Amino acid sequence: MLSTKDLNKRFGSLVVAQDIALELPAGVRYALIGPNGAGKTTLINLLTGLLAPDAGQIFLAGREISALRPEARVRAGLARTFQINTLFAGLTPLESVAIAVLEREGHAHNWWRALPAFGAAIEEAHGLLAKLRLAPVEHRATRELAYGQQRLLEIALALATRPRVLLLDEPAAGVPQDESAELFAAIAGLSQELTVLFIEHDMNVVFRFAERIIVMVGGRILAEGTPGEVARDARVREVYLGKHARAA
Amino acid sequence: MFASLAGVLFDGVAYGMLLFLLSVGLSVTLGMMNFVNLAHCSLAMVGGYVTVSLTNRYGWPFVAALPMAFLAAAAVALVLERTLYRRLYRASDLDQCLFTIGIVFISIAVYAWFYGTVVQSAPTPSYLRGSVELFGMSFAAYRLFLIALGLAVAIVLVAALEYTRFGAQVRAAVDNQRMARGLGIDVDRAFMITFALGGGLAGLGGAAAIEIVGLDHAFALNYLVYVLIVVAVGGLGSIGGSFAAALLLGVSDMAGKYYFPWLGAFLIYLVMVALLMWRPVGLFARR
Amino acid sequence: MRPLEAAFWAATLLPFVVTPSYLALASQVAITALFALSLDLILGYAGIVSLGHAAYFGFGAYTAGLLSKHDFGEPLTGLVLAAIAAGLLGYVTSHLIVRFRHLALIMLTLGLGLLLAEAANSASWLTGGADGLQGVKTAPLLGFKFDLYGRTAYAYSLAVLFLLFLVARRIIHSPFGLALRGIRENARRMPAIGAPSLAHLRKVYTIAAVMAGAAGALLTQTTSTVSLEVLSFGRSADVLVILILGGAGRLYGGIVGAIIYMVARDQFASMNPQYWYFWVGLLLVAVVLFLPNGVLGGLSALYKRPE
Repeated sequence: MLSTKDLNKRFGSLVVAQDIALELPAGVRYALIGPNGAGKTTLINLLTGLLAPDAGQIFLAGREISALRPEARVRAGLARTFQINTLFAGLTPLESVAIAVLEREGHAHNWWRALPAFGAAIEEAHGLLAKLRLAPVEHRATRELAYGQQRLLEIALALATRPRVLLLDEPAAGVPQDESAELFAAIAGLSQELTVLFIEHDMNVVFRFAERIIVMVGGRILAEGTPGEVARDARVREVYLGKHARAA
Repeated sequence: MFASLAGVLFDGVAYGMLLFLLSVGLSVTLGMMNFVNLAHCSLAMVGGYVTVSLTNRYGWPFVAALPMAFLAAAAVALVLERTLYRRLYRASDLDQCLFTIGIVFISIAVYAWFYGTVVQSAPTPSYLRGSVELFGMSFAAYRLFLIALGLAVAIVLVAALEYTRFGAQVRAAVDNQRMARGLGIDVDRAFMITFALGGGLAGLGGAAAIEIVGLDHAFALNYLVYVLIVVAVGGLGSIGGSFAAALLLGVSDMAGKYYFPWLGAFLIYLVMVALLMWRPVGLFARR
Repeated sequence: MRPLEAAFWAATLLPFVVTPSYLALASQVAITALFALSLDLILGYAGIVSLGHAAYFGFGAYTAGLLSKHDFGEPLTGLVLAAIAAGLLGYVTSHLIVRFRHLALIMLTLGLGLLLAEAANSASWLTGGADGLQGVKTAPLLGFKFDLYGRTAYAYSLAVLFLLFLVARRIIHSPFGLALRGIRENARRMPAIGAPSLAHLRKVYTIAAVMAGAAGALLTQTTSTVSLEVLSFGRSADVLVILILGGAGRLYGGIVGAIIYMVARDQFASMNPQYWYFWVGLLLVAVVLFLPNGVLGGLSALYKRPE
């Protein structure tokens, strides 16, 4: 569904992505792990067009999207969330999600008809929020929402674009552990046709929710495989456990 | 032709030095706090009017009034920063912009109240009035003095920023405010001092400007655009950039006025818009 | 339309009977309100800070003036053509404007405004330069002459304000208006939900320029004069003050601000302009420090407090 070919990016002398070749089939849950500074968020920024790669290509469902602007990639079916809440503080969750739905349906340029004429879009936004259990707060200002609810709204905004591939940048960042499981349960409950790639540091969560794992170190993909394969991989153990693993 | 070209160049460089003095403080403080201070030229007017008062009313020699212009403007800047500006560091750029325009309006009214709306002048000593013969050409003494003053200030500033502990703190704060705070640098204090120094330099520029462009109550608005151009072109927080941009602007403005007088200030605004389009973060910005 | 709104617009007719000697002022208020409303669309709703909005007002004013000077004085066609001309200027400049934010945006709008003012000053063969445009003569509006008392002027200005107010109201309650508020709240997020922010911004900037141009044309036609003042920095700053005073991001902010500001200035007309701006400056400082959402914001906060 989403694939890349020889993606490269460097900032000055710092290599943040080197020869990244991904091949994510439809409907698979991927975890992207790696130490801080491995280039995980950079990879998401490259995929979504926030950063331009120095070289390489990106394909979504067989179509090359490397030259598309970020919003065009979203319309092509590639959505993301942000590690740090990037929400519309002064709008309500319903308004926020409605923007995304209206944009997707091509109504956002319409300035001559009032919003109530777009009942179907508002209804869809409400339904999406209800599914993520945000319906009770959908009319409050986003800035008044609890932090965990704001993390859910991040996901709701991405889902409202009806993506085929969803990239989640540490969806549970800053969320307490018990709530984090709940959040990932919500992610696991998403449509089985959706390809999901999430960055996460908590290995319990990773091994519980990911079907496959990609390990990045120093801007390169070190290993890719099922949780079992990755857990047994000697190079991964070295990165994560240091020299002690070798000694043991 | 050659003589007139050299003359325009000379006048332009002198004018550029003036613009450098007026704007360098804003460039550094903007780089540090991202605070949009449109009232920077109001501080220059403090220096200008102090000089006018001291020389005309109390008979001070012009050169002795210059340090007082610096000190008075720095003191006003300090008070302004401590009492008002510090509340607005986290405000939106719209609020900062509105607030400082408000200060500009107030300052213009206050100057008009005390000094009227006529263009003021300050008597300069005889040795700054004539001209000096160099290489078979005559140069206005006052403009030579301006160039020397601008160069001296630039050298002192660059040296202070490079080689003093305080300068290192300022550089760190301009580079990355959060990191600087993390290193234990008291950014607020550094900013306060920089703001006062920058205001003082503007005051000095305001005083030095009297002889060249005169001084009236509308100075704060009329020269705001020039100062903003220098900052935009020079890049935030860069002394070398401000210096180069001020010279460029001074020379091109003089050349425009000399060769295309019918265009008025049009040319300079055109240059500004074109430069902004080309390089929005400044020609000499480090980032 | 809610009862309070209906009552407000009914009250705008009062000057015809209560203060007939102030109709010229009332017309100025309506024109300024329209100008402030147009700024509100880009600043209050889309978050574009502008220090040069007078460019479009002045462009409309000069277009209307030049048309009537060259024996094309029919006001309605003049108004439409002036609005279109300002809109074209807005569309062209919008390609630049929307790429910038913060200080660069403030400087760019300031620079473009000053650029146009200087251009008008230099092109005195066309604009009359500092003396203003001579020979502006507005033909009667649908058979009604522009009388000395300002009856036609106020009726005309008020009608145009009301119509364009309805348009603005519709815009902000539309999906497009919601998308604009999204850009204002978080410009970074918009592309990530598939929104072409820049295209939206270009569009609203063009619409605002059309409205500003219409306001400028109204001023020319109702006063039969155009001077460089319509393009001045002072006018850009005034309209900003008016909008902030009334409350940006609220439909009635610009209108309320215009009423307060213009009436106050008329009351202190004998005051030297320098000192008038002292109070304006003080007002700006006070609004930023104590009344961040303008008069309307302050009122609605008072109204909500007892709950």
